[in-house]
Parts: sequence; C-alpha cells; structure tokens
Amino acid sequence: MTATEGKGPGVGGWGPGAGRRALGVRGRARTPARGVFAAACLVAVAVLLQLPGGARGPQAPGRVPQRIVSIVPSATEVLFAIGAGPRVAAVGSFERFPPEVERLPRVGALLDPDVERILSLRPDLVVVYASQTDLRAQLGRAGIPVYVYTHGSLADITAGMRDLGARLGLAAQAESAAAAVERDLAAVRASVAGLPRPRALLVIGREPRALRAITVSGGVGFLHDLLDLAGADNAFGDVPRESTMAATEAILARRPDVIIELHYDERATERDADLERLAWKALPGVPAVKNGRVHVLYGGAFVVPGPRVVLTARAFARLLHGVRSGIPSSGTASAPGAGIPDLTPVT
Amino acid sequence: MTDVRRRLAAAVAAFGALAAAAVLAAPLAGSTPIRLDRVFDRSVPFADNVDAQIFFIARLPRALAGALVGASLAAAGVVFQALLRNPLATPFTLGVSAGSALGAMLAITLRLHLSLWGVSAVTAASFAGAVCAVAIVYGMARARHSGFSTNVLLLAGVTLNAFFSALILFVQYVADSAEALRTVRWLMGNLDVAGYRPILAALPLCALSFAAFAWLPRALNLLSLDADAAASRGIDVLRAQRVAFFSASMATGAAVSLGGPIGFIGIIVPHLVRLIVGADHRVTLPASALFGAAFLVGADVAARTVMAPVELPVGIITALVGGPFFLWLLVRAR
Repeated sequence: MTATEGKGPGVGGWGPGAGRRALGVRGRARTPARGVFAAACLVAVAVLLQLPGGARGPQAPGRVPQRIVSIVPSATEVLFAIGAGPRVAAVGSFERFPPEVERLPRVGALLDPDVERILSLRPDLVVVYASQTDLRAQLGRAGIPVYVYTHGSLADITAGMRDLGARLGLAAQAESAAAAVERDLAAVRASVAGLPRPRALLVIGREPRALRAITVSGGVGFLHDLLDLAGADNAFGDVPRESTMAATEAILARRPDVIIELHYDERATERDADLERLAWKALPGVPAVKNGRVHVLYGGAFVVPGPRVVLTARAFARLLHGVRSGIPSSGTASAPGAGIPDLTPVT
Repeated sequence: MTDVRRRLAAAVAAFGALAAAAVLAAPLAGSTPIRLDRVFDRSVPFADNVDAQIFFIARLPRALAGALVGASLAAAGVVFQALLRNPLATPFTLGVSAGSALGAMLAITLRLHLSLWGVSAVTAASFAGAVCAVAIVYGMARARHSGFSTNVLLLAGVTLNAFFSALILFVQYVADSAEALRTVRWLMGNLDVAGYRPILAALPLCALSFAAFAWLPRALNLLSLDADAAASRGIDVLRAQRVAFFSASMATGAAVSLGGPIGFIGIIVPHLVRLIVGADHRVTLPASALFGAAFLVGADVAARTVMAPVELPVGIITALVGGPFFLWLLVRAR
C-alpha cells in the first residue's frame, strides 16, 4: 500500500486493495479539494463494489475469500497450516503436501498456468508467483483478485503466513501457526547455540551417481538461513545467490567439514543413498568425505519454503551436531506424526 | 608431396605446441591460488595436500577433457564441412548434438539413477541419443538412393535437429522446474568432469574416430570438390563418405556426452585454421584438431576465472568469443 503514498488519489488503480489505498489517501489529504476528490473516489469504489455480483470490482477488504486457487506450493502449505484448507478449490501441478491436495483439481504451475481451468473454478482469490504477469493481467481483467506470494528468506515464510492469514480473515490462526514455526525454529537454534560451527556444503542438485553439475545453496534464501540456524557456516555463503554451480576446484578449496545433499526423489531407497554418497569418493581429500560426514536427505519438505522448514531445520541440526531438538510442536503443519512424510536422514 | 609433408610438419609442430602449452598452462590458472612446489610435494600425503588435489582432481582432468572435446569437435567440423560440401556445416548440423541433448534431458528428467564405472546415466544416455540420431539420418540418406546423398543427409539432419529440439523443449516443459534448470545448464556445456574416468570412457571412441580421420584427408580433398571427380580419381566415394560420416558423428557424440554441446568450436576453428594453413585436408584436419584442443582449453580457463568464484558455462565463452570473431572473418574475407 506504500506505492501510492504522497501521490494524488486514484493512482492506486484497480488492483487488489485499491479500496484500502483510497482510504489511506483520504486520511492524508491536506487540502479540502483533495479531500473531497478522495472522498468521491472512495464513494465510487464503494458503489462499484456493491454492484450485483461484484465481479467487476476488486475484492473488498472486508469480504473474505472463500474459493482459493493456489499454484504456489509453499503458499498452499501455508493455507492448510493456517486453517484455510477447506477453502482451497484447486492447486498447482507440483503440490505434494498436505495429503489433502491429492483430491483437488490441478491448474498448472509457474510456466503453464491453465487460465481457463482457473476461471471455470470461479475462485475469489488466486495465489500466484510475482513473475506471472500475464496470468495476473488475465485474472485482473476477469475481476478475480490475486495474491502474490513471495518468498526468499526464512523470515519471509512466517511473514507470508501472517500476511496471507490477514488477507483471509484468519489472522489469529495464522499468528499462532507462524508463532509455532518461529518457536520451533528458535528451539533448534538454541539447541546448537555455543557448539562449534562446521563448514557445510549444501548440495541441492547434481548428476545422479557422479560429481558433475553440482548445484549448491549460495548465501541467500531459506536453505542458507536454515543451515545457519542449525549451526553451520555455509561453504558457499559468500556467493550472493540462492543457488550456484560449484566447481570441483571450489569444493576442494573450501574444504567443507560436512556435506548435506537434498534429494526430493521420494521413491529413493537406502541403497540409492549409499550409492550417491559413494560418488563423493572421487574427492577423497575433502574433510567431509574423509571423515564420513556426507549425508543424503530424501523428502519433499525442503524444496518448499513453507511451514515444514521446521523439519528441515531439525534434520540439519541432527546431521550437523547430533542434536535432537525433540520439542513437541503444537498443532501446525510442522507437528510430527500428522501424516507428514518425515525427512529420512541417511548418515 | 614433399611440400605437403613440410607444411604438415610445420602445422603440427606449431599447433601441437600451442595445444600442449594450453593443456600444461591451464591447470596453473583458476579461482584458487595454488603453489606448484606444494602440488608436487611428495612429503605431504595426497589426502591432506589441497594444492595437489586441486591440480590433479579438478584442473588437470578439466584441461584434458577440454583438449579431447575441442579436438574432436574441431576435427568433426572439418570432416562435415567437406562431406556436405558446405562451409556452414558444424558437428551439430546433422542432429547428433540434438539427439545427444535429448538423451541427456531424458536421463535428467527421468532421474535415471545408474552409473557404470564412474560414467553417469546422463553421459551414457546422451551418447545413446547421438547414436539414435546418426542411425536415423544415415537410414534416411540411404533409403531413397542407391548411393549416399549428401543433400538428403543435410536435409534429414536439419529436420531431425528441429524435431529433436522440439522434443527437448517438450521434455523440459513437463519437467520439474529444478530439473528444467539442470537440463538448460547441461546445454551450456561443462568440462568439470571431476576425475579421469569420464575422459577414459570417451577416449576409445575419439581414438577410433581419429584413426578414421587419418585415413580420410585425400578423399576429403576430392569429395569437397565433387563426388564424380573423386570417383574418377579412384576413390571409393561411398565408402569414404560412410567413413567420414560415422567417424565424425562418433567423435561428436563422444565429445558432447563428455562436455555437453559446446558450440562454435566446430565451425570457428576449421575456418580459422584454413585461413592460416590453406584448404588441403592433409594439413587442415590435424591442425584443426590441435587448434580446437588449444582453443577449448583456453576458453575453459576463461570460464573458470573471469567471474571467479562463480563459473561461467564454457559454451557461453566459446559463443561470446566465437560469434563476433566469425562475423569479423566473414566481413574480412569479402
């Protein structure tokens, strides 16, 4: 809402929240003329919103979305975590969690959103990626409000939970879910406080069974934050990107004490993990390889910057420090034993 | 004849020295400063000697892989240009690289978790894809003619390229975003082989191709002019064409499965070498192979160092250097 501050009324356009923008403008009006104009705009918006069906106007702040389409997996997990699960009408192609999504229609994803399908579901809120400008424009023309879910750092996750909760009239639930995630993360951080911090290489992709095209976490993003929280220094923390290609030379030079590999293949077996760890024998001088500290994690949780980051944080702490921060969690999607496929550490 | 021998000796000596210098110097450069005396210090165990590890595990295999891939692609380029009688032909014109890429894409997106003696499924699948493409193109070229039509070969190859490219896009489209990204990265080329096994796996195929190349130059000289003239000079045209096609395809397939479809080497290097040593394939072919090796090793050094610690894909370097250079060559020649 800050985009219109200091500007004349009406600049806000017809995006979601235009009504609230108009309100803000009225509050800051300095001259009577501007105040009158702003008030007129406000009335116009209000009238528009009261039109039959309300299909032309943007969503009023007071009206709570009841049919939500989310094609952002992390946002979908947030929706279920804050109690908006029953309102989710459809999800994207890559949603795997929670299990309820398996029953829902799929409407494409980042590159291939199925606009017709989305429109036919008559949603009153669509959660999209920021880069989906075409989709946002199309939905805007159809008068369907969109919510742009952005994520990057670990802090963005709980901020996003609260923001989405406020948008859905579930502020209290969102607050308690976000607070639970923050509490659980703080517990992990506390459990490793004061312990020596190993230098860790976090591998997020490579050619199977070979040390080629190794993609690692750089110094930006929730995975880097999780590594930091779980008590390790990211071996590629100086690279200001979410992911980067790590050359063999760079890995040899940076001498990681621990290597953690994330694989989101859910069909993998113990033998697969053994074979993947075996590939690192090509770099026998790396301390992590020399000391048998190459770990392979399988599971879908860590590719999704949602409430399940708690699971990832715990798995990291366990692998890095042997710490089990078994603090029982309360009620959120991070609760263990609620049908959540846990990360399977193979050490 | 003696004149050719003298020119061949001079070219091989000059370009060979260049290639050898590149391979020897490349391991000295990189994102991490290392000291040569420590690299060869036997008193420190290898497992604790980071300098030696960087030299022998990271840099030397890379330089050797670059030399092998560069030599193969450049020589294959020369052979294809002569075989197709087309100066714009590259090792990738007949769909070998597209088939190779499709194989690699499938292995990446299907997450084929296999490996054989240190060679990953991606490498093996990309070579299999190259073999498929070669078989299809060859079948097409032989189907409607008793002989071996280079026109059909060219058209079939170009069409197959487009068809495979569409399949590649399709595979990328249905893949997870992380895998789509990995497939795109594969297409940019990567010589970081982290060991000698992938090189040793590609080496027999390249060696076989080079053995065939050694037999080819005289035939290529005549073929590049006119098939009928070649026949009248006592060349078994069909056999020469077949050997040229299969050996160049095999070299390309092996090179692409080792380093990815690194562009421009196969067209820039032959033209540059022809500019220097002339168009006689007896000299051009070996000189191109050696210069291709030096060129790609040099390009990989640039890829490793210009943005260190972040690496550029080597295919970007060859295209960035090769593209403008080739344009300059075009303008200058007229």
